[in-house]
Order: sequence, then C-alpha cells, then structure tokens
Amino acid sequence: MSKHYDSIIIGGGHNGLACAAYLAKAGRKVLVLERRHVLGGAAVSEQVYPGFTYSVCSYVVSLLRPQIIRDLELPKHGLEILPLECSFAPAHEGPGLVRWPCADTTRREIARYSAQDADRYPEFGREMAKMARFLKPIIDNPAPDPTSLRPKAWRHMLKLARPFKNIDERKLHDFMKMMTMSSVDFLDEWFESDILKAPMAVSGIIGTYLGVRSPGTAYVLLHHYMGEIDGAMRAWGLSKGGTGQISMAIARAAESYGVEIRTETSVERVLMRGDEAYGVVLEGGDELHAKTVVSSLEPRLTFFGLVGRKALPEDFCDELDRYRLRGSSGKVNLALDSLPEFKCRPGDGLHMRGDIAIAPSIAYLEKAYDQAKYGQFSERPYINIVIPSLTDPSVAPPGKHVMSCFVQYAPYHLAEGPEAWPSKREAFGDAVVDTLEEFAPGLKDRILHRQVLTPWDMEKDFGLTEGNIFHGELSLEQLAFLRPVAGWAHYRTPIQKLWMCGSGTHPGGGVMGAPGWLAAQTMLKERAV
Amino acid sequence: MPRETPFHERTRALCETYRWKDWSGYHAACSYGLSPDREYNAIRQGAAMIDVTPLFKYDISGPDAGAFLARLLVRDVRKLKPGRMSYLCWCDADGKVIDDGTCARLSEETYRLTSAAPAMHWLHRHARAFDVAIRDCSDSIAALALQGPTSRELLRQVCDADMDALRFFGLTETTFAGGGKGWLSRTGYTGDLGYELWVDNDNALGLYDALLDTGKDYGAVPVGLDALDISRVEAGFILRGIDYIGANDAMIDAQKSSPFELGLGWTVKLNREETFIGKDALTREKNSGSRWALVGLDIDWLALEALYAHHDLPTQVPHCAWRSGIPIYHDGRQVGRATSGSWSPMLKKNLALATVEQNAAAPGTELLIEWTVEWSREMVPATVIKTPFFDPERKRA
Ligand SMILES: Cc1cc2nc3c(=O)[nH]c(=O)nc-3n(C[C@H](O)[C@H](O)[C@H](O)COP(=O)(O)OP(=O)(O)OC[C@H]3O[C@@H](n4cnc5c(N)ncnc54)[C@H](O)[C@@H]3O)c2cc1C
Repeated sequence: MSKHYDSIIIGGGHNGLACAAYLAKAGRKVLVLERRHVLGGAAVSEQVYPGFTYSVCSYVVSLLRPQIIRDLELPKHGLEILPLECSFAPAHEGPGLVRWPCADTTRREIARYSAQDADRYPEFGREMAKMARFLKPIIDNPAPDPTSLRPKAWRHMLKLARPFKNIDERKLHDFMKMMTMSSVDFLDEWFESDILKAPMAVSGIIGTYLGVRSPGTAYVLLHHYMGEIDGAMRAWGLSKGGTGQISMAIARAAESYGVEIRTETSVERVLMRGDEAYGVVLEGGDELHAKTVVSSLEPRLTFFGLVGRKALPEDFCDELDRYRLRGSSGKVNLALDSLPEFKCRPGDGLHMRGDIAIAPSIAYLEKAYDQAKYGQFSERPYINIVIPSLTDPSVAPPGKHVMSCFVQYAPYHLAEGPEAWPSKREAFGDAVVDTLEEFAPGLKDRILHRQVLTPWDMEKDFGLTEGNIFHGELSLEQLAFLRPVAGWAHYRTPIQKLWMCGSGTHPGGGVMGAPGWLAAQTMLKERAV
Repeated sequence: MPRETPFHERTRALCETYRWKDWSGYHAACSYGLSPDREYNAIRQGAAMIDVTPLFKYDISGPDAGAFLARLLVRDVRKLKPGRMSYLCWCDADGKVIDDGTCARLSEETYRLTSAAPAMHWLHRHARAFDVAIRDCSDSIAALALQGPTSRELLRQVCDADMDALRFFGLTETTFAGGGKGWLSRTGYTGDLGYELWVDNDNALGLYDALLDTGKDYGAVPVGLDALDISRVEAGFILRGIDYIGANDAMIDAQKSSPFELGLGWTVKLNREETFIGKDALTREKNSGSRWALVGLDIDWLALEALYAHHDLPTQVPHCAWRSGIPIYHDGRQVGRATSGSWSPMLKKNLALATVEQNAAAPGTELLIEWTVEWSREMVPATVIKTPFFDPERKRA
C-alpha cells in the first residue's frame, strides 16, 4: 500500500489541482487529497436543491490566468466561460444605472445622473487599464523581494518594473495614490454621482473587514481592470455549469497527466522527521509518503492545524497570529420559480444578465459597515447578484432560475462570538431577502429554495478560516512579498519539503489559479521535486 | 433593393441595432445586440434563431429525380432513404466546385437541394434528358435555423415530431405550433446540436412567435450573421464566395478549386459506375494529387501577445470573425492565404481557415501569417491543425 509519490497535494481546490496538474505535466507523480466529497473548494458547483446548480461560493470568473487556460488545455477539458454583459445598480428612486458593453449607451445612462461623470467614465477606464498593466507582471510572476540583496532578486524586480519604464511622473503619482487611498477618496477625484461610485467602490472591500472609506482599498479597483488587459481572451464572466466546472476542468487536465485524486480523504497532520516533511497522516490514521508535501489550505490551517506550533519558529508563529483573516462576507443562493423583476426597471430585459449590485449610495455602504464594526451583520447589506441561469440554461430547469447573492458584511466575529452564527443564520438570510425584496418586490414568493452560507459555515464546511473568502485579506500589507508572511512568500515554508500553493500565497485569492501554477513552477525550477 | 424575408416583420422589430446586410438579395440581420457575444453564446449554450431564408432551395421531383441528381452531384443521393439528408458539392466538367449545399430526400421521388448561389440554370441545363420537374422554392419557403444545446428540448414543445427518432442529418415532416406543416431537419451550419425548420412563407411568423415565446425558458434568442460566422469558423465550415470562389463565378481558372482542395474530398464518390459531372477530372486529380489544401490554423497567442506588448498594448483580436484574404508564408515564400478566421470564445484560440500548397498542409506544419499591429505588418507563427476546430459530441447526438 505504500505507494511513493513525488508530491502529495493537500486540498482539491482549484489551486491545489492546478499545482498538481503542472507538477504532473512535468512528469512528477502526484496525489491530491480532498476532504469533501466534491472537488473545487471555494470554486465549486453543487446541486443543493434538485435541478438547480449553485456556484456555492465563488460565482464570477475574472482573473483566471490565460496561460493556465492554454497550458492545461482547459477548454478541451470542459471549461466554458460565458459573458456577463453589464453591471446594473438598482435604485430606490429613478431608473438605477446600467453600465453596458457599449460606450455611448453607458454614457447616456450615466448622464441621467451627471453629465460630467458620463464623459469622464471612459477616460477613467483607459487610465485604470493603463495602470492595471503594472499589475499583470506582478500576478504572473513570483513575488518580488525588495529586501533581498541577491542579484537574482534585483533582476527579477527590474523585470517586473518594466511597464513603469515609459510611465510619466503623473501616472506614477496616480499609481502611488491608488496604493494608499481609500476607494471612495480615489473615486471622488473622478466622479460626483453616488450611484456610479458606490458599486465601483465596493470592489475595494470584497473579502475584507474594511469600509469603502478605509485607506488602502483603492488599489483593488485595479484588479477589476486587469480583466480588460486580458480582455482579448474573454475569460471574464460565468463558468458554464457553475464555478465548479473550472475546478473540474483543471482536475480532468490533471488526471490526463496522471494525477491521482482522492475525495473524502481528510489530512490530519503532516508527517515530519525533524524539520522535514515526508508525508501525511489521514483521518483514521493511514500514512501516505511523498518526497514533498504541498498544502493548498489557508496558511493558519496548514501550520497550526497540520504542522503544529511546536515545530515552527516563534517569529513565524507570531506573524501568522497577526495574519488577518476576519471574514466579513456571506453568500445566499436562491432557486427561483420565475425571473425576478426590479422595481426601478421592470421587465426581463438585458440588464439582469450581468452582475447586479445592491449599493445605492456610499452612505448605504458606510452604514452597512458601521453595523459590522460592532459585530453585527448588516441589516441592509451590500449584495452582488448574478442570475447565471439567464446565460447558462444548464443550471436550472426551463423557466426557473438560480440567483447567487454575495453579501457583505457578515462579520465572522459577531459581538456574541462566532459560535452564535448558526443561531443567526436564518435571520441573516432573511435580512438579505428583505433587502432584495425592497428592490425586487415579489422576489420572496418566487423562492423555491434558499441556501445561506455564513462565515461560520465557510470555516466549518469549506476550511476557510474565520470565513475569509481569500485565505487572508487582500490588503497591501498581506500581499506580494508579504503573503502570507514576510520571508516566506515563495511557496516555501519553515518546514523542509513542505510547500504552500493556496490563495494564502502570492498573488492571493480569487479563482486565478496563479498561486497553484506559480508554486509548481517554483518547485520545478528549484528542483525541489 | 434587397427584399424582406417572411420573418422580417419580427426580426426588424427585434434588431434594435439596425445592423443589416444584403444576403442574396434579402435583408439579413448581422447582430441584434451591441456585440455578437450574447448571440454567439446562444448558439453554444441555448438556442439561436437564425433566419436562413436567403439560401436557395430547389425541389426536384419525378421518376428520374434521383438519377438526375446523381448525375449532377458528387455523391449518389439515391442512396439516401426518404427522410435523410446529405452535405455535398457539385462541380463543373473540369471537376471544379460550383457550389456546396445539402440535398434532402423528402420522399421516394422528391429531393430538395439547397445552395448558396442560384442554381436554376445549372439544374435546367442538365435536366433535359431526365423526367424531372424542378421547382425553385427559394422565395416561397422560409427557413429558420434553430441551433444550440437546448434546441431539441425546445422543439419538443413546439412541434409534434418524434425528436428522439430524428437523427443527425435526418428530416421529417411535422406540424409546428403557431400553425402549419413544414419540414424539420437535424442540420445546421454552427457545429452544434441544431435543426433547420422549413415552412411556407405564410407560416413563418406563427412559427417565429411560438419559438420566441416558448423559447424564453430555453435561452432562445434571435441571432445574427456575425455570431453565426464565429461559430461556422469554429466548426470549420467553408463559405462560398469567401473561402472559395464558385467555378461559375471565377474569372480565371486559378480562382477555381476542386473538392479535394476544399477539404470536401470525402463527399466525392468516384467508385460509382455511372458518370457524374466532373468525374473524369476528379479521378485524374485523385490519382495525380491536388495543388492546394484547405487547412485550419492556430495562430500563436504568445507571439501575438509579444507583438502587442512591443507596442505597449494589450493583445487585441477582432470581436467578429474576419474574412479578408491574408498572406501565408512558409520557408520565406508565400504559400497561400487565410480566407477567414475568428477568435474562438469556446476554444480560447485564434483560428483561421486557409488555402495553402499541399507541401505546407500537414498538421503540425509551422507557417507564418501576416498580422498588422499599429499599421505595421508583422509575421506571427501559425500551426496547421485539424478541422473541425470545435467538434462537441452533441453535434452528432
Ligand atoms: C463566498 C465566496 C465567494 C467568492 N467569490 C469569488 C468570485 O466571485 N470570484 C473569484 O475570483 N473568487 C471568489 N472567491 C474566492 C475564491 O473562491 C477563492 O479564493 C479560491 O477558490 C480559493 O482556492 P484555493 O484552491 O486556494 O483554496 P480552497 O478553494 O479553499 O481549497 C482548499 C481545499 O482544501 C480542502 N481541505 C481543507 N482542509 C483539508 C484537509 N485537512 N484535508 C484535505 N483537504 C482539505 C477544502 O475542502 C478545499 O477543497 C469567493 C470565495 C467565497 C468563499
């Protein structure tokens, strides 16, 4: 039974699978161990209610790396990405705002609220796209290490800085501003209308326990425009069959290279000889051995859960204690008997085929955050909705629909403590539905089934510590060479032969596949496997 | 002036973009929406309603109908059972392709031929020795393609045909909701699961309304030619007038192509006793080899990315399929031209169909294609790959 593997990957989320696929493609013998009965982790599709496929957690694809799609031939293995056509911000009064994939139509929409904003909007898009180019090499390479004096590290930094070469000083200033400002402050420099700014500002706080006026939230806006840089690839949108199909496509690619995948197999701890890993112990006591072990779990879970503090340096443990998780989001998935109708724009028009943001004003978002600060879920939260069944009929029976609602804020740390979540789950679900009902009257009567996912559920069911959707906040002090811990940003760990490849490593969370891919590249390059 | 198809009353109202073009003398919608993405997506995920009325349609009937068509076409359609259909081409005496289309056997003695260009003269000219009647029903039959993975389930609600019995390249007479008998064939030009619906003009609007209405639950939407063009490139289907010039339209011999040169060799059945138009020339070419070959190209994405990065630009590909001849090079010499191409949203590849010299046509051959960035002409590697590029199981299901 003692088969020998080059690598055992802990966790069958999309990053673990991507890492496995790349290692196996390079000829290594790889085993993936997943605790749940389905693959995908937070990028998963499940029929929780018969006939309706939910993207239980992650629901839109934005930054899945084009090179991974190509290298692993994901289209051949079933990846299909469908366009999300527009962004709709419903309002209590007036028609709300829809941003279309057509400049003139969008201009007219915005002009209903502000003629100035209408004109500046395309300019903003161009500027952001230009700045997003600086980001691309950063997400597509291992993190630079500015503290290192090794020539290799400097060469690497210079390579990453290449897009800055031709930049004029003003752009550099803008870029620096973005890195430090709050998303609202940054947007205030451009726009005046709330209904435009609010839905844009929220992209800066997704997955963080911060408000839209917290400093350092502006740069996340750039992530959104990264999608435009990769635009020709058209990899932005919905995954056919739900987000889980991305994970399944990666899994099929991995299997085609010989990766062995086991589900319902939970790893209890990493096997170590001194400070060197040589395998894992499964729940139930079975041991599996390998030359290297790679964990795709959230870092605190990896180190405190599977390795143990005793085996780790103090400094490292201190840093990890400080690593900010503090999840603040929830998810509500609805099966609907028929298509909802929005009060501000009746009818089943195209405006529902994109993403729909319940973020009518900055004040609304601030209020939502205020409650969260004091350990309550927002009674009137920010909600990001998609109705994938409109674009992908395969996820619901004919005429029926799936409505996916990402909700913020739902702080893990409730005033009563996180254990109070199970008793508040339904109240939280009600708050979300009540909020929606105000914008889309009659929604309640269409609901056939409701799945409510609190940060507590994300931790218990999905292994997302403190319910953080990205395995750690994507705030500046936890990114690049600081992710997850300064000095350990290159997928290595203080334990020899134990590596990391999940969203808790550079370049972070989201269904990008980049951590898995870069971890495999690094391991192969350094001949660690 | 182009005329209106029998669906026009509806399509005109739906085509809010006013983007139309002339297709064989009919107004045809290019795109109902702002970009072809959603319509393309309907072809691959839902059900696309595409008005294909402008195809030419001829009903050929009589005791000699089969023999006549066998004489005309590169395959012997008498082998088709009633209720079966076939894709094929026909040639001139020199074995050069005049047109490609489908031939359906409606009954023992009736066939229906579709073509991209008018064929009345060609049919009549060769019919003299046969006991057949030829009826041009191009303007009296409305044709609607319903293409996409949900098309079958939708049709179950909209017609009384036995959908499970209707196999790939089968056809059947049926009554459609919205009134009217018509023909339903399991065919299409998208490389997906799909059907074509043939009804008398009078029944067109009723059928359209029924599909639109019931189709809401199946992701059925009107789809224009822009999206169709992307899907047909993915499916590797050639288009007369774009990927080749019909022999009757060619100004010079060099513009003509044989079926072998167009990748249609598989439709040519040389081992039949009777002769058919072009048989001798085709037999000779089969033995001595062809000069050209139609191939699929996968244009190197990384090279394209590098090219754009050089100009400090993100990589761009046209939003629609393109159809302008582009030179192809091999070993420092032009060896052919790409005739149409498209970014494939499905395969995430930049694809083209090209006609190249035989010695550059083997799968895997690395060619160079011209690519213009910022008004500067550059070369990008392109690899010969097999077509159809996109070939899902459901296409034949
Ligand atoms: C509600 C929600 C919404 C989101 N929305 C989006 C979105 O719209 N777009 C986007 O890009 N990103 C989104 N994200 C973020 C994104 O889904 C994650 O960052 C990403 O999926 C994480 O992938 P991963 O492979 O790094 O880790 P995970 O997906 O967390 O994979 C880790 C795997 O390890 C398994 N595991 C845990 N413990 C063990 C053990 N002891 N033994 C074996 N296996 C174990 C888990 O079951 C899991 O499958 C969202 C996340 C959540 C939670």
